[in-house]
Amino acid sequence: MATQVSTQSRRLARRASVDGRRSGFWARNGFRLVVLVPTIVLVGIFVYGFIAYTARVSVSQWQGLRVNLEPNDPLLETYSDMLQSPRFQADLRNITVFTVLFLGLAVVLGFVLAVLVHNSLRARGFFRGIFLFPYSLSFIVTGVVWRWIFTPSTGANLILERLGIDARPGWITDPTVIGDVSGALEAVVPGGEFVNAQLGIPLALIPIVIAASWQLAGFAMAIFLAGLATIPEELSEAASLDGAKSHQYYWHIALPYLRPMLVTALVILGHVSLKSFDLVVAMSGRGPGFATDVPGIYVFEQMFRSLSFNTGAAASMVMLLLVSIVIVPYLYRGYIGSKA
Amino acid sequence: MSERKPGKSSQTRLGGLVALIVLAAVFLIPVYVMVVASLKPPSQADAIYMWQLPESVDFSGVSQAWDELGPNFKNSLTVVIPAVVLSSVIGALNGFVFAKLPFRGSNVVFAALLLGMFIPYQVVLIPIVRFLQYLDLYGTYTGLIMVHVIYGVPITMLIFRNYYSQIPDEILEAAQVDGATPLQAFIRLMLPLSLPGFVVAGIFQFTNIWNDFIFGITVIPDPSKQPITVALNNLAGSLSIQWNAVMAGALIAALPTALVYLLLGKYFVRGLVAGSVK
Repeated sequence: MATQVSTQSRRLARRASVDGRRSGFWARNGFRLVVLVPTIVLVGIFVYGFIAYTARVSVSQWQGLRVNLEPNDPLLETYSDMLQSPRFQADLRNITVFTVLFLGLAVVLGFVLAVLVHNSLRARGFFRGIFLFPYSLSFIVTGVVWRWIFTPSTGANLILERLGIDARPGWITDPTVIGDVSGALEAVVPGGEFVNAQLGIPLALIPIVIAASWQLAGFAMAIFLAGLATIPEELSEAASLDGAKSHQYYWHIALPYLRPMLVTALVILGHVSLKSFDLVVAMSGRGPGFATDVPGIYVFEQMFRSLSFNTGAAASMVMLLLVSIVIVPYLYRGYIGSKA
Repeated sequence: MSERKPGKSSQTRLGGLVALIVLAAVFLIPVYVMVVASLKPPSQADAIYMWQLPESVDFSGVSQAWDELGPNFKNSLTVVIPAVVLSSVIGALNGFVFAKLPFRGSNVVFAALLLGMFIPYQVVLIPIVRFLQYLDLYGTYTGLIMVHVIYGVPITMLIFRNYYSQIPDEILEAAQVDGATPLQAFIRLMLPLSLPGFVVAGIFQFTNIWNDFIFGITVIPDPSKQPITVALNNLAGSLSIQWNAVMAGALIAALPTALVYLLLGKYFVRGLVAGSVK
């Protein structure tokens, strides 16, 4: 029986391939369809279908264990409540401050590392290996280790003590927010009293910026190194004949040349930063007074702790929006807009 | 390296090397903390001894951590291996179609699929749980593998598309003249050339899936079945475990991807660049 089926299918297959040779249609499109259709259907459901479902949950009344997709009235009530809540406002502040500081540190450090490694005559592979190594670790490992380096009773403060420095920063336990501009903002923006969080820089975010940069500066370095390798020799030779100093060379010649790599590093690291979740969970959680809380944690807690599925869904839609602002233009320019 | 780099006196060269050594030492601080803590005896197990070298080499922390995390280490392997293989194979087939058999609008389809690797996974968690519950796969390794494979396909597809794009079209054209179907061409011509692509995609996926936290904690509620990242996070929050054992746990969780990176770093870098630059 089994052999009968297999000879039959073999015969069918042979016929199909013969037909394919003649018409070219089945041979070309059949393979394409068999490969692409399942992928498109599955990724379509799991990405676009699921996002649509979450969007629907975000405007529903679903709280608690029983599924309730009844639309909210007013429809966007969950969003407006959430956007007014001190915690979510703190989250948006934190993710903005974190992304700006992290991109600054990781990209600058990545560029410096790339230039140093590129010009090193000795042990380039060795140094590159050390700087990229943290990228291979999970955010949980990174967070668990750095958490203890920035716990006030140990780690960095032990070193400060040994150096005879009196300051004992609270690091991840410090609730201070510096440079609060919420008062000024409310005075300037009409209809002002919507700010329910301190809009400044939470000091507790700084250790997390350092840990994230430790993990991801090597990624920026690898991107810049790939770019530096493509700069034609003539450019650096011409610069050297003109008597350019090396910082002039990097500022005026190499950096403009590396612009596409700079954009890539900013987009990839920027979207990773907006999605921050595991690193913060492992390092500090929501922090004192939500000083290190991020939308990624908020979503998770709303969904699986408070069972406020509509609020969690609404917050995740905000995350998607933020990531899309960064990623969609990048994908569009890379794959659709250009002819390449 | 060219001899004549602008402004490259021996002084700046030396300065560069010193800077590299200092930065490398700073980068190794957390590694020092993890490794040294893992080797400390119980008398130095507290975090206040963080910077001290071990007074004697002692593996009690490591063995305590392994008692806690060993089962989860195996759980992670159970999920990672099939998920890596499946997502790589599916990615190879799709990457081949996009690289060698493009069609009208294929760039748009490709970009639309690619978006799947950038979304914050928070935005799909509720439907994932409901969908897996509906299929009776919630809380199972099969369910978690399925999630990793589907969300992994965009990146493997990208890696293979970039890889196959470098292979000259003439090879396929010759096969077409010989009357081979695309499937035959793929199996006979492309697969034998695909090993580097599979190594790159495999390493990339191995690292991604081993290091995953959010899918593991969402899809598998039973702590004894959870992957190692989730278990490590629980261990780090538990008060009954000594600090050096937590550090040893971090080391154990880091080891597989760290080893892959140390042994196959060249391919690792290639995947990373391929996965981000067009």
